[in-house]
Amino acid sequence: MDLPIPNPEILSRRAMIVAALRSELPEDAVIDDPAETLAYECDALSAYRCPPLAVVLPRSTEEVAAALRICHGAGVPVVPRGSGTSLAGGALPTADSVVLAVTRLNRVLEIDYDNRFVRVEAGRTNLSVTGAVEAEGYFYAPDPSSQLACAIAGNIAMNSGGAHCLKYGVTTNNLLGVTLVLMTGEVVTIGGAHMDAGGYDLLGLVCGSEGQLGVVTEATLRILPKPEGARPVLIGFNSNEVAGACVADIIKAGVLPVAIEFMDRPCIRACEDFAHAGYPDCEALLIVEVEGGDAEIDEQLGLIRQIAMRHDPVAFRESGSAEESRKIWLGRKSAFGAMGQINDYMCLDGTIPVSSLPFVLKRIAEMSGEFGLDVANVFHAGDGNMHPLILYNANKPGDLEACEAFGAEILKLCVEVGGCLTGEHGVGIEKRDLMSVQYADEDMEAQMRIKDVFDPKWLLNPAKVFPLAQSAGRRGA
Amino acid sequence: MKITSERDLAEAIRGAEHGLRIRGGGTRTPGKQEQGEVLDVSAISGIRLYEPGALTLVAGAGTPLAEIEAALGAEGQRLAFEPADWRRLLGREGEPTLGGIVAANSSGPRRVQAGACRDALLGVRFVDGTGAIVKNGGRVMKNVTGYDLVKLMAGSWGTLGVLSEVSFKVLPAPEAVATLTLHGLDFATAGAAMSHALRSPFEVTGAAHGQGRTMIRIEGFAGSVAYRAGQLQSRLARYAPAEIDHDKGRNDANWRDIRDVAPFHGAAGDVWRLSVKPSDAPGLVERAGARDAMLDWGGGLIWLLTPEGTDLRARLGHFDGHATLIRAGQETLARIAAFQPEPASIAAISKGLRARFDPRGILNPGLMG
Ligand SMILES: Cc1cc2nc3c(=O)[nH]c(=O)nc-3n(C[C@H](O)[C@H](O)[C@H](O)COP(=O)(O)OP(=O)(O)OC[C@H]3O[C@@H](n4cnc5c(N)ncnc54)[C@H](O)[C@@H]3O)c2cc1C
Repeated sequence: MDLPIPNPEILSRRAMIVAALRSELPEDAVIDDPAETLAYECDALSAYRCPPLAVVLPRSTEEVAAALRICHGAGVPVVPRGSGTSLAGGALPTADSVVLAVTRLNRVLEIDYDNRFVRVEAGRTNLSVTGAVEAEGYFYAPDPSSQLACAIAGNIAMNSGGAHCLKYGVTTNNLLGVTLVLMTGEVVTIGGAHMDAGGYDLLGLVCGSEGQLGVVTEATLRILPKPEGARPVLIGFNSNEVAGACVADIIKAGVLPVAIEFMDRPCIRACEDFAHAGYPDCEALLIVEVEGGDAEIDEQLGLIRQIAMRHDPVAFRESGSAEESRKIWLGRKSAFGAMGQINDYMCLDGTIPVSSLPFVLKRIAEMSGEFGLDVANVFHAGDGNMHPLILYNANKPGDLEACEAFGAEILKLCVEVGGCLTGEHGVGIEKRDLMSVQYADEDMEAQMRIKDVFDPKWLLNPAKVFPLAQSAGRRGA
Repeated sequence: MKITSERDLAEAIRGAEHGLRIRGGGTRTPGKQEQGEVLDVSAISGIRLYEPGALTLVAGAGTPLAEIEAALGAEGQRLAFEPADWRRLLGREGEPTLGGIVAANSSGPRRVQAGACRDALLGVRFVDGTGAIVKNGGRVMKNVTGYDLVKLMAGSWGTLGVLSEVSFKVLPAPEAVATLTLHGLDFATAGAAMSHALRSPFEVTGAAHGQGRTMIRIEGFAGSVAYRAGQLQSRLARYAPAEIDHDKGRNDANWRDIRDVAPFHGAAGDVWRLSVKPSDAPGLVERAGARDAMLDWGGGLIWLLTPEGTDLRARLGHFDGHATLIRAGQETLARIAAFQPEPASIAAISKGLRARFDPRGILNPGLMG
C-alpha cells in the first residue's frame, strides 16, 4: 500500500505550524514530541505506521474549529481520529499531517427518554453511550465488537455495524444529527432530534465518509428501549451449504432474529481451543439470537427449531439460562482473540448476497490452497457480511504480501457475486486500490465531487478511500 | 419526452438545452409549476432481480409501486417503510413509481420502527446533470464502500440526478397485526401516550393521532402480538381505555388512511408536513392554529391543514425541524417556498452539490432552491 510522498515544504514548516497551533490551543492540547506522537503512528491496521507531524487533542468544538482553521490556512493535511481501532487504516497519518483526535470530547450532553435520543460528544466510546442510558432500560443499538474502545466519531466516519444490526441497522440508521466542523473551521449543524433532516440527506453523506468531509464533534443518537429478554440458539451442520440454506429459510419464514452469526470449521476449532465454550465438532455453526418476552422467544425459537430440523443439524442447543447464553456467545466473541493466539491474521470484511454463501465459501477454501494460507470464516450471515480471517506469519518475509494478495482476491470475488468490498470496516488505505473493482471512474468521480464541496482543498484525510492516481489532481490542488 | 432506457436517459440529459421536469408517475412532486420539458422516465420499468431469501429487490426506477407490491405480496414480503400514496391528497392521477418514492424519501407510519425509505434503499443507478451514468451502493445489506450517495439521492427530488434503477431491502410481512385505539385525548395527552408506547419494549410499528383517535400498532407472530397488545393496554390505561382491533382488513385500511393523510383529502386549505422533535408536536399544533392536524411517527411528523396562503413558518417561528408545503395554490407557492429555507452554511453545501451534479441547472430547476 503506497502513501503519498510527504510534502517536504510542509515538513520544513513544522515548527511554525506547531507554534501556530499552540498559540490558539491549550498547552497540553498540542503534541509534537516524537516520543509522544509515536502513539498515533497507526490504528488497528498495525502493519502500516507513520508518525504524524503533530497531534492535537482538543476539548471542545471551538478548539477543533481553531485547529482546523490554522491547518487550513497553513495548507496542512489533517487526519481525524477517534480511538484508533480502524481495521482499514482510516486513522493512519502521513508524515506531513496533523492528527486531530477527539478522545477528550467525551461528555454526555443531553439524554431525552421521551424522544428517545441522546446527544454526546463524538469522542465518547460506543459502549459508554449505552452505559449512560442503560439504568433507565435503554441502549444504543450498533455494537461493533470493538465497542469498549471505539468512539462514536469513528463509528460515524466508518458507518460501523455490529452483531445486532440485522434487526437494528448500522450507525447510519441510528444517527439523528451531528455537529460537523468543516476544514475551514466553520461549524455546521446537521439534523437534530427530529427524524428526517430537511433538504438533502447530508447526514447520510457524512456517515461513512471516513473523516474526509469534516470533523464530527457531537452526535445525536437514537436510543431504544431494551427488549424484555433475548436468547440464542446454537445449531451445528455438516456442511456450509446446508447452514447457508438454513439461514435463508429462517429469514424467509418471517423470523427476524437480532443476530445470525456463522462460523466455519477452522474458526470453530480455534475458538473451542481458546475459550472452551463446548461447541460441537462440525463443519458449520450458526448462532441465532431472538428477542422478546419469554413466550415470544419460545414461539420464535420453536419456529427456528422446525426450520433447522428440516436441514438435519448435527447439534441444536437452545439456551435455557443466562449462563447457557453466555457460553453460546463466548466462543464467537473470542473469535478474534483466538485467532490472534494462533497467528497473525488479517480480517476481511466483504459483503455478499446471502444466496452466494456456499459458493463463496467453497471458492475461499480453494484459494486458501492456492495461496498456501489458512482462512477461518466468521461472519454476520443474516446480512451477508463476511469476515474471513487470513492467517499469516508477520515474521516470514513475503507472507504479509501473499496475505494481502489473497485478501484482494476474496474481495474481488465478493464484488463478482454481486456484493461489495467492505460491509462495515471502511475502505481506508486497505481497500483503496480495489475501489476500481467495484466502481467505474464515473462512480468514483461522483463521490469525489462530494469531497470537492465539503473540503475543496482536499486537506482532510486526503490519501484514503480513492485510489491515489484517481485523486492525485485534486490532492495537488 | 418519453425515455425507455438508461442510455436514452443519459443521451437526453446530455442533449438537453433547457430545464427538465423529471416525472415518474407524476403523483407527488410539490412546489410551483416550473417551466421546462417533461422527462418521463416511467418506461424504465420492471423488476430486474428479486431474491426473497436474501430480502432484496432490484427494479427499474419507473416500475409502478403496485407491480412491486404484487410481486412481494406473492412471497409474503413487503417494503417495510410503507411508502405513501399522495394522489388523493394532491388530487393527482397517475401511477406511483419506485423512483418517485425514492426521490421523495417517502416513508409511512412504520418509519418509527423500520426506518425511512432511505434506510431500506441499498443501491441506486442514476444519470446526473452532465449525462454521466453513476452507480452507488449495491444490492447487499451492509455496504460502506465509498461515500453513501444512496442516501443523498433519497429525498433529493430529482435535482441531483435522475434515477434509473433502485435496489431495496425488503422484509417479511408479519403474520398478525393489532391496533390499540384510545379515544378523546387532546394532543398533549396523545403525545404522552404515544411516547409511553414507544418507550416500551413492545416494538410499536405505528403511533398516530388525529380525528380524536390515538392509534398504536403492533405487528408480528400472532401470540406475540396478542401478548404485547395486552401489555400496552394495561400500561396505557392511565391515559384512556384502549380498544384492541385484530382485524387485518380494518387495520390495513386505518393505517393506509394515516399514511395517505386521508382526513385532508378533498378538504379546502393548504397542506403542510412538519418533521419535529416528537415532544414539541402538541405545542406546535397549538401555535399553528390550523383547521385540522394529525400526528404520525409518535408526534415526529405533523400534518396540518391551514387556511390558504398561511405562511406557517412565519407563524411558528424557529423550531427544531422543518416544514414542507405539500399542497397549495400556485399563487401561494410563488410566495412561500415549498421546502424549508436552509441556514446559510447548509444552503452553501446544498448549492455546491447542485453545482457539481447538475452544473447547468437543468434537473427540476428551482424545486429545491
Ligand atoms: C478487535 C476489533 C473488532 C472490531 N469489530 C468491529 C465490528 O464488529 N464492526 C465494525 O463495524 N467495526 C469493527 N471494528 C473496526 C473499528 O472498531 C470501527 O471502524 C470503529 O468505528 C472505529 O472507531 P475509532 O473511534 O477507533 O476510529 P478511528 O480508528 O480513530 O478512526 C476511524 C476513521 O474515522 C475517522 N474519524 C475519527 N474521528 C473522526 C471525527 N471526529 N470526525 C470525522 N472523522 C473521524 C478517521 O479519520 C478514520 O478514517 C473492529 C476493530 C477491532 C480492532
